[in-house]
Amino acid sequence: MIDELIREQEPLVSLEDISVRFGEQRVLRNISLKIPAGQTLVLIGESGCGKTVLMKSIIGLVRPWHGRVLFDNKEMSKLNERQLSQLRMRFGFVFQNAALFDSMTVGQNVAFPLRQHGNYTPAEIREEVLSRLSEVGLPDTAVGKKPAELSGGMRKRVGLARALIMKPEIIMYDEPTTGLDPIMSDVINELILRTRRRNAVTSIVVTHDMNTARKVADRIVMLYPLARLKPDESQIIFDGTPEDLDNVRDRRVRQFVNGEAGERLMELRAASSARG
Amino acid sequence: MVASRTKLRKTVFIKSGRSVSSPSLTTETPSQASPRLSRFTLWIVDWGRVTYQSVISLGRFSLFTWATFVWMFTRAPRRETIWPNFYQVGVLSLPVVALTGTFIGMVLAVQSYFQLRQLGLETRLGAVINMTLVRELGPVLAATMLAGRVGSAMAAELGTMRVTEQIDALSAMGANPIRYLVVPRFLACLLMIPTLTIMADFMGVAGGYFYSYLVLNIDTHFYFYNSAQFVSWYDLFTGLFKSFFFGAAIAMVSCYQGFNCAPGAEGVGRASTASFVYSFVSILILDLGIGIFLDKLYMIFFPAGARLF
Repeated sequence: MIDELIREQEPLVSLEDISVRFGEQRVLRNISLKIPAGQTLVLIGESGCGKTVLMKSIIGLVRPWHGRVLFDNKEMSKLNERQLSQLRMRFGFVFQNAALFDSMTVGQNVAFPLRQHGNYTPAEIREEVLSRLSEVGLPDTAVGKKPAELSGGMRKRVGLARALIMKPEIIMYDEPTTGLDPIMSDVINELILRTRRRNAVTSIVVTHDMNTARKVADRIVMLYPLARLKPDESQIIFDGTPEDLDNVRDRRVRQFVNGEAGERLMELRAASSARG
Repeated sequence: MVASRTKLRKTVFIKSGRSVSSPSLTTETPSQASPRLSRFTLWIVDWGRVTYQSVISLGRFSLFTWATFVWMFTRAPRRETIWPNFYQVGVLSLPVVALTGTFIGMVLAVQSYFQLRQLGLETRLGAVINMTLVRELGPVLAATMLAGRVGSAMAAELGTMRVTEQIDALSAMGANPIRYLVVPRFLACLLMIPTLTIMADFMGVAGGYFYSYLVLNIDTHFYFYNSAQFVSWYDLFTGLFKSFFFGAAIAMVSCYQGFNCAPGAEGVGRASTASFVYSFVSILILDLGIGIFLDKLYMIFFPAGARLF
């Protein structure tokens, strides 16, 4: 029922036939994807298959050489610098290693978007920063610390607080649980869910952690590396709900979900026997 | 015979055509029919690729510089991004530039003394030392120290920011990285390097004088009298005018290297080294070019020209 309602809406983000390449290396080929407002989309796939690149091309950090990216019916590549900067205020991006500015304190990092866009008094900024930090479960004492003094999990949470401070409509998480212990991973999963409940945002999560994928996703899309595909195959090899994952036929998807090396093990053996 | 020749031409064509697009193919073994010819083709292809890459880099560098200029004039950078850079480039570089200047002044005195003494012209030492310092060594050494101290640090810092996605984070939060990171560094280098040059000049003059007076026992009056005879305001202007270009070159080269840093610790290291090497090479080239230009200009304004004798 809700799914149908969502499907009928205009998509918030739509990718039309985009291809991305870096020099000679092709990363994405003819990807089309529509993301309706309010959905939590999880992009899965092995390392190097182009998940992060796909997400970065939505926000315009990577420019596709073919195809177009529409956000709220505006074509990203046709915007000028100022319009793009305005539009990016509606995005929150949580980077893989948080990408906190290490010359600034935690408080300055979280306040950065506020200082960039808009006139707020120092008291308002402080108020806002503290409430965002408490939202992600960090104490007030963290404000004055430098990012280098924090643990990986704390840094990720500061990154999330920074992404949340402009009250974005769409939040992108680049491998939010990579490199964290299982408990901290679950804390981050809960934060993703809670953020979505509180602010009614659209979320895109790139991960290869199946726990995260199953826990937070409304919809899961799996990408496959171009190098392993035939020229006419689609790069998206799965697109469905988490429940669909359990009865999927495609062997490549099943192997990924269950974490089985499969024929890759054969490749390994072939390579080592060829050497000696 | 004819058939084999057309075949041969085809292989050459295919090889050169392909290799430009994919570098890995050039390592193919040369075809047996004409080892010499294919080696020659490979040589051409290699040179072609080097030229092609250089033109691309030059084009990217020009666009980067252009974007910096556009941002510099459209929206002034924020004050909190400017002052730390001015402090870093101007104030913190002073000691090392002063030290270099002093020693170069003394070394010049040591090196020219015996030559001039043989001619009985040791009181002209001041003219030689101060002219060399003000026109050439002051600006070039200050710029070299700046390229080593500040340029490579900027490349390493921006490179690390690129590698750890901090530059992407700036863009993602709607802050233009060129306005935020490059423009303040450019302004700092451009406006601070003349002051550093003056410092290098001054310390060099002082160092040269004290060495000449205290160690070589040259008369103070004649030392400065001869200096004043030969060194003109135009010489001082020449040095300062050049230094602006040196500062701009250091900032642009270092920021470009940082922004285009390859991933990993190796990439950052390479960006930092490359920024010094390219800055230094461009300082030398600019020095020659502007030197020739300013000399021609001097001849236009003062056709009598020759001043030394």
